[in-house]
Amino acid sequence: MDDGFDEVIAEFLVESYENIDRLDQDLLALEGNPEDPSTLASAFRTVHTIKGTCGFLGYGRLERVTHVGENLLSQIRDGKLRLDSSRATALLAMVDAVRAMLTEIEASGTDGEEPYDDLVEFLTALKEPDSLSQAVAADLDEPLEVDEIAPLGSLLVAAGAAIPGDIALALTEQGFGDSRPIGKILIDHGVVEDVDVDRAVFQQQMGETARSSISESNIRVDVGVLDQLMNLVGELVLSRNNIMQHVGATSEPAIIAASQQLHMITGELQECVMKTRMQPIGSVWSKFTRVVRDLSNQCGKQVRIEMEGEDTELDKTILEAIKDPLTHVMRNTVDHGIETPEVRAAAGKPTEGVLHLRAFHEGGQVIIHIADDGAGIDASKVMAKAVSQGLVSEADAAAMSEREAVNLIFSPGFSTAESVTNVSGRGVGMDVVKTNIERIGGTVDVETQLGSGTTLTIRIPLTLAIVPAVMVESAGERYAIPQIEVQELVRLDREHAIASIEMLHNAPVYRLRGDLLPLVYLRDQFGHEPIDDESAITIAVVVTDGRSWGLVVDGVSSTEEIVVKPLGSLMRSIHAFSGATIRGDGRIALILDTAGIARHAQVVATAKAVLNEFGSATTEQAGATSKVLVVARGEERLGIDLTKVDRLEQFDPDLVEHSDHFDVIQYRDGILPLVSLSPGTPPSGGRLVTIVFDRGNSLVGLVVDRIIDIVEAPLGLNLEGPRGSIIVRDRVTEMLDIDASLSPAAVWVGRNLTEVGV
Amino acid sequence: MNDVDQTMTDGPRGTASEPVATKALCTFWLAGLCFGVDVLDVQEVIRSQDVTVVPLAPPVMVGLMNLRGQIITACDLRRRLGLGERGPDQLPVNVVVRTPEGPMSLLVDRIGAVIAVDPRAFETPPSTVAGVARDLIVGAYKLDDHLLLELDTSRVIAQMVTSG
Repeated sequence: MDDGFDEVIAEFLVESYENIDRLDQDLLALEGNPEDPSTLASAFRTVHTIKGTCGFLGYGRLERVTHVGENLLSQIRDGKLRLDSSRATALLAMVDAVRAMLTEIEASGTDGEEPYDDLVEFLTALKEPDSLSQAVAADLDEPLEVDEIAPLGSLLVAAGAAIPGDIALALTEQGFGDSRPIGKILIDHGVVEDVDVDRAVFQQQMGETARSSISESNIRVDVGVLDQLMNLVGELVLSRNNIMQHVGATSEPAIIAASQQLHMITGELQECVMKTRMQPIGSVWSKFTRVVRDLSNQCGKQVRIEMEGEDTELDKTILEAIKDPLTHVMRNTVDHGIETPEVRAAAGKPTEGVLHLRAFHEGGQVIIHIADDGAGIDASKVMAKAVSQGLVSEADAAAMSEREAVNLIFSPGFSTAESVTNVSGRGVGMDVVKTNIERIGGTVDVETQLGSGTTLTIRIPLTLAIVPAVMVESAGERYAIPQIEVQELVRLDREHAIASIEMLHNAPVYRLRGDLLPLVYLRDQFGHEPIDDESAITIAVVVTDGRSWGLVVDGVSSTEEIVVKPLGSLMRSIHAFSGATIRGDGRIALILDTAGIARHAQVVATAKAVLNEFGSATTEQAGATSKVLVVARGEERLGIDLTKVDRLEQFDPDLVEHSDHFDVIQYRDGILPLVSLSPGTPPSGGRLVTIVFDRGNSLVGLVVDRIIDIVEAPLGLNLEGPRGSIIVRDRVTEMLDIDASLSPAAVWVGRNLTEVGV
Repeated sequence: MNDVDQTMTDGPRGTASEPVATKALCTFWLAGLCFGVDVLDVQEVIRSQDVTVVPLAPPVMVGLMNLRGQIITACDLRRRLGLGERGPDQLPVNVVVRTPEGPMSLLVDRIGAVIAVDPRAFETPPSTVAGVARDLIVGAYKLDDHLLLELDTSRVIAQMVTSG
């Protein structure tokens, strides 16, 4: 085969793949709206085009299949047949067959051996008219869009079928609330014939078609060429940066002016090239309609897919990267998220589940929401499963917030084994989604409401190639952190740093506006000497897995547009870097992978261990607070949840009696056992400062040295010790473990319960 | 670079007394030993370059180099072969080799000539070579005054991480 012909076939394939994708969508759209004339026309045209071209190229089998499909579609288009679900299924099967044959042609140059006899027979059989009149009637019932393209009225006038007066009258009727389409009104008035209206409607469709064809202003470009263009622009940006750096040192006005021009043009060029690579997210989403349709049929569920913001644009490479994760999420949602119609009906929801896709731009990122109105995720089940699979320890699980528990679905190996189906086998599942999204610098978050649905939020950068970055310094080297990952930068001079960085369970933390921020020293991580005592430091506040933490570096030098270059496979195994870039001076700077560093330093885990209660309190329930009683034990301060406290009392030490080896005191018609927080120390000021707790079956008094204060602390803290801690007057205060402290009294209470109860 | 080109043209002619299938090796010196890699694997030879050290990388990976806008990894062949450290005033030479993943630089002490070797002078690795090096050496060619040890480029590069 000579090259010219090869090219024709290549073009035919590209075009046909595109057409077939559109046909897919058209057919699915028609299922919802079977009489939509413009979609019908478009579907027919697509099949017609493929049939025509493959006939010309000599692909007989392909032609045969498309031919029967075309026949069927033409009948439907002409209103002689209705597009019911069996016809839609048959036509979709035809689409699949065509796609298979196109793949075959691409691979082997022939349209394969499979004759698709069954399909052809099926399609032919479906061509038999069913209820013709009904179809026509339905056609007329469908409101015709009056104001689109050329109004139907003027088309009728132009065709000489009606006079302007009739149209005006009909329009007036519509204006007074007549919901009938204008064509129907005119027919009912007897001023026009059915056929005239049909003809005008057809004309209208063609007009729309003409408008949507924009082929003249578009050309096809190989993605490879675009990639190359992108690389070149990347190099240009680097050269520009280089020049700008040198220009900074010169005072030659001509050079300064020229370089500024260069700066500007490069920027615009970069933007333009970037734009060529942008594609609407709808191009990926459109496939989901089919995926969801097929899956929901397979699972016996009714799912409607809704889309919003399909025209949100993303870099092609990113689109490619999110395609599979998104498909996976779709499958999961249909399979696990949305319930069967019976279950839904029982729960008082509409039988048809809704899967809502929404995309929009926000702060240089694209945000994709995938929401369903299904069963939601049961956090306790997820947690139990994760524990049984050994993904988290029981203790960790117990300390988890509901939100964290739900996020366990992203753990590698997590699987809700009881619900393995052939649709989504799980095992490998959401963790792959997460890693794939993270690989392109994105994040995934899940929110769920048991019984009413789940929303997955995916945040992804607009583009990968050129990103704004913060250049930081550590131990004499410069590193880049993508700006998008940096929440804020905090510079601390040495004095301030020493004063404000505290050690909590051997982990350094910094108090950022009242929140405890676990810190990781980059020098530590890289095995460099700690910074000398004189120098200031900078904390880059970043977020990993929904938790803020601080990366401590020596300083920040600048922000720059960097061109991301991948690291060789040998370096890729190092967790701390996501890539490298060449700076203006030709030197290489490594790009820090903050998520990797966080994982390696286990800052998130540490944060959980140390700040579990606090972290969740600040992120989820900021604002709501509860009262904490702060008491002294020697020099130490301890916090006690005030809600657990019954009363505060002062007793005269002389009133203390001994019973059963215990200090007790007569109190409110009973006996109050006393436990001392610091046994052996004499009471200050001659009074026993006692905190009375109601332990359900009895009262117990805790004698403390001194009551210091009552403060507000964020609500939702697990205020039980020993791990909880809060900040009181700039000091970290541990929470008292009430149960442990009062346990000695429990012995006494156990033995003397009857007496107390009396 | 220049003497490489010269010997490339000179070399084969020198030994081409018989039309035996020969191959040319790009030779270099490491700790007094002469090594060679298939010249077809070599993209270029360049002088010592600035290297950006990569923290946490295994010692064998010296760092990253900017090769005309391309970022390539530099590996110290001495460390790779367990031949001890280079002297502090001894600047290494970069032998840039092609790998399936793009170019990569091997740091050597000194570059030698491109030598066309005669397969009849080939022998399997001599027992004098021990340790890691033994796995990476295809064999030795007996030259007039010394042995030329041929390295398998792909093996040198593979397992680099584990050997780190």
